[in-house]
Amino acid sequence: MTKITFVKHDGEKFEVDAENGTSVMNAAVDNLVPGIDADCGGECACATCHVYVDETWFPKTGGTNDAEEAIMSLNPDRQETSRLCCQVPVTDEMEGLVVRLPEFQF
Amino acid sequence: MAIVIIGAGQAAGQAAASLRQEGSDEEIIILGDEPHIPYSRPLLSKEYLAGHESARLYLRAEKFYTDKNVTMRTNTRAEKIDTAAKTVTIEGGEVIEYSNLLIATGSRARILNIKGSDLGGIFYLRTLDDVDAIKDAMAPGKKVVIVGGGYIGLEVASVAQTNGMDVTVLEAADRILQRVTTPEMSAFYDNLHTSRGVKVLTNTGVSGFEGEGTVTHVCCGDASIEADMVIVGIGIIANTELASEAGIECDNGITVDERCRTSAEHVYAAGDCANHPNPILGRRLRLESVPNAADQARVVAANIMGKDKTYAAVPWFWSDQYDLKLQMVGFSADGDTQVVRGDKSENKFSVLYLKDGALVAVDAVNCPADFMGGKALYGKKLNQDGLSNPDIPLKDLVLSE
Repeated sequence: MTKITFVKHDGEKFEVDAENGTSVMNAAVDNLVPGIDADCGGECACATCHVYVDETWFPKTGGTNDAEEAIMSLNPDRQETSRLCCQVPVTDEMEGLVVRLPEFQF
Repeated sequence: MAIVIIGAGQAAGQAAASLRQEGSDEEIIILGDEPHIPYSRPLLSKEYLAGHESARLYLRAEKFYTDKNVTMRTNTRAEKIDTAAKTVTIEGGEVIEYSNLLIATGSRARILNIKGSDLGGIFYLRTLDDVDAIKDAMAPGKKVVIVGGGYIGLEVASVAQTNGMDVTVLEAADRILQRVTTPEMSAFYDNLHTSRGVKVLTNTGVSGFEGEGTVTHVCCGDASIEADMVIVGIGIIANTELASEAGIECDNGITVDERCRTSAEHVYAAGDCANHPNPILGRRLRLESVPNAADQARVVAANIMGKDKTYAAVPWFWSDQYDLKLQMVGFSADGDTQVVRGDKSENKFSVLYLKDGALVAVDAVNCPADFMGGKALYGKKLNQDGLSNPDIPLKDLVLSE
């Protein structure tokens, strides 16, 4: 289990235990973190699991892949550390990861 | 008393989660006739069939349901709804009382009932168990005949072809994807499959199957096509029988209002089985789509909790074939004009559909930015000069009202 903290746009925090081998999106959905819709189920097809990774953590998530880059390119809420969290695997190295949620999913 | 959900698909899982998010502490009972907790059905004909198990199939871990006091009764078929007594009777006779009921019974594969259709080796693709059986039967070099050139058939064709099978797709209409897209998109996908080695036969209806116990030939009038296995994907039928037998109004699905309420009090319906009004499109429709099921489930949960929420979303869909991701917004048939952006020969383009100058649909092939643009700009009037230039972002072409 790996501890991940989701911070809503209004500052409310959700600290969850995520199972290694799943995705950060799975951890959010399993723990009723509001604001992660994840409609496509993790196929990188819908961009409804957008998060901002804490700056110090961003490199450890491996950075965005091409599919994410393309689908987020039009998102007005896009920031430098944006990720689609269905594309971020949960590993031991992620212990303590902090991600913030945008106010709206696209 | 409990909130009872009939069906254990996307809508059911989302409704349970949303009810807890909305603050409900009432018991929730999910009655599903499959042996599984809610899973992602779109993955079945895509990653899961292909054997890529990167994405998790189950929408939520089993522990989620126990932790959240959601009673998950799998292998449990609901047999009768009594809206006056507010009860559901399940197989075996047990009667469960509900405070509110969500009918999320989804849909089932349309079955062929022709000569030889009960032979072995003929598969349908709707459930996880269906796909496990198909995966077991698939092997490189084997001949697979796919009946139906819709999204399911073509997704299966791409996986089978990639796995080195000999693939034939039979389509009764004069083009594949005839029900869901334009002749141009049909031609593009026909060409895509043909170029990869799939035999696509249009205007080819199936008249029967032959074989001793197991199918060996598919008959199409006078022609006969060899087959080691057959996969039939000819559409789905909404599961409305429970509702209609209970006297709940149905018309191409269970009739619901913008709050997903059926004609019976305290009874809601969501997902593939629900015929709902869409205020953005200005008409009623029944959608076979995951985002629709999830969004309606959220609306149901909010309304059960007294939050008065209505459903209004632009429909969107996706289909993965080979290395092409098709993402669609709206319905191309709503347009009066179409504009192609990008290069079809590079398998990277989008088709925008406009009605009276306003964007009403997008088909985006490996162009997720145009898909997202379509979701964001639906209904907006666009400057048609420059629309065909993929280097100009869609948002820069919006005309002020």
